[in-house]
Amino acid sequence: MTPTMGGTTEMAIGLAHYLTVGAILLVLGVFGIFLNRKNVIVILMSIELILLSVNLNFVAFSAWLDDLTGQIFAMFVLTVAAAEAAIGLAIVVIYFRNRGSIEVEDISTLKG
Amino acid sequence: MSWTLALPELVLAISGLVILVAGVIPKQETFVPVTMATVGALLVAGLLVLSQSEGTALGGHYVADAFSGFMKLLAIGGAAICLLLSLDFNTREGIARFEYPVLVLLGTLGMLVMISANDLLSLYLGLELLSLPLYVIAAFHRDNARSAEAGLKYFVLGALASGLLLYGSSLVYGFAGTTNFDRLADAFSADAGVSAGVVVGVVFVITGLAFKISAVPFHMWTPDVYEGAPTPVTAFFATAPKVAAIALLARVLVGPFGDLVAQWQQVLLLISMASMILGAFAAIGQRNIKRLMAYSSIGHVGYALMGLAVASDVGLRGLLVYMAIYVLMNLGTFAVLVAMRRDGRAVEQVDDLAGLGRTDLGMAVWMAVFMFSMAGIPPLAGFFGKLYVFLAAVQGGYWTLAVIGVLTSVVSAYYYLRIVKVMFFDQPAGALDPAPASLTVVMAASGLFVLLFVLWPAPMLAAAQAAAAALLG
Repeated sequence: MTPTMGGTTEMAIGLAHYLTVGAILLVLGVFGIFLNRKNVIVILMSIELILLSVNLNFVAFSAWLDDLTGQIFAMFVLTVAAAEAAIGLAIVVIYFRNRGSIEVEDISTLKG
Repeated sequence: MSWTLALPELVLAISGLVILVAGVIPKQETFVPVTMATVGALLVAGLLVLSQSEGTALGGHYVADAFSGFMKLLAIGGAAICLLLSLDFNTREGIARFEYPVLVLLGTLGMLVMISANDLLSLYLGLELLSLPLYVIAAFHRDNARSAEAGLKYFVLGALASGLLLYGSSLVYGFAGTTNFDRLADAFSADAGVSAGVVVGVVFVITGLAFKISAVPFHMWTPDVYEGAPTPVTAFFATAPKVAAIALLARVLVGPFGDLVAQWQQVLLLISMASMILGAFAAIGQRNIKRLMAYSSIGHVGYALMGLAVASDVGLRGLLVYMAIYVLMNLGTFAVLVAMRRDGRAVEQVDDLAGLGRTDLGMAVWMAVFMFSMAGIPPLAGFFGKLYVFLAAVQGGYWTLAVIGVLTSVVSAYYYLRIVKVMFFDQPAGALDPAPASLTVVMAASGLFVLLFVLWPAPMLAAAQAAAAALLG
């Protein structure tokens, strides 16, 4: 399990690398939701990013543990993510029909 | 491998699909018959839960015990009554579409799966099967900008919560090597030390579930969603899904992570105290009664979590009794809120209740009973709910928790009693429309329960005791 990188130098891609990428994707997704002031579509993309980071974790753990449960879990997560995206886009569409805008800063009628 | 154990869920799933098809075929709108069919399906599922035997099924993903029976009956009952609350309201607001009861039915199915989950996978699938219909019905008044905004906010924060919960699940799976609750419990009891990865995973899972039960500091969606969603939907949000999410939290923390109590107890103590304090103080300035009920529900979740945070069998029993009483008195309160209409338009300010004691004495008296009960005034049911969790906190030696609980009860009594004062001592703002019979029946049934609980508390206490014992195993 030591794939060659760039011909001469060798470097093992281990569990820790996958987990690091997963953690970075999760943080990017969470920041995308809270720091984004532009557009709701970006928030939907951030949510997908979070779910993909989880999938990466599951698959990496599955390979590391030599256990199939993680991959089955990842399949279910993919399916639910598709349903979630469909519902999210539908809600964004009805929101746009009512307000004529999907700017994040406009979503503030309800407060107090 | 006995799939018949999951009969309530199977019956609900199949009847959901059948009802959906039956609702599409006729040319005219089928909201009322479909709602009735859905309530019937829920009743059948409730009877099946009552006659359910105990054990695990579906490859260890599903567990049925006294705890799941108790919580499932609460969730099913809450959902069925919320459907009755929506009958009249949805017709008058022009949102009487047959998809509504079907979505509630599918959400209820998700709750049952959650409550019976015995694996991180079935936990996640149940939670999503609950959450996805909830996002849709929050935005069900699709021509109303506030309802659409509520749906959008709930969707974004709910999806984030699911993502965090999943990330926690992946860490627990990776560092413990299994997703099954029984095997997780074995893994943690055998090891002397627990890896940091598992602890981080458990904290993520608690975070995800705290979003769903709207505990501080993950409560920010609650007031907006409660205010924007149609009132019967708010009633649904405040009752059945909360029971299911609390049940899930209790099962996860006491079951697989029971030996990690030192790791999660501090988190829960903090969440419980913060929820009680915020629920008490943030509601004081609210003028919109749905928003006020949102903060009230945050406070109630804080009291309920007190029972879980003390990590004892007395505490668990207190939690179960608290949730049962909370659901039943909330259904009555929301029956009053759904009935609030003036000249055919729904009104939702506290001031719209002004002088209700003179214009509609019956409704005002029931509302006063619910408000006194929520404030925890003896001998109403709400007092006993608080009594059992406070007792558990005192017995466990958590004096700070108990004192904060009592003090925040006093503070929250201010805004509950203000509603009573507005109803009976302010000048009438014009009479409200007479409440339809279905709402009056719900008000009276819930009000009688709240009033008479003091006479026959034994059956519910015994059921809660058995459920808590089953969970502790």
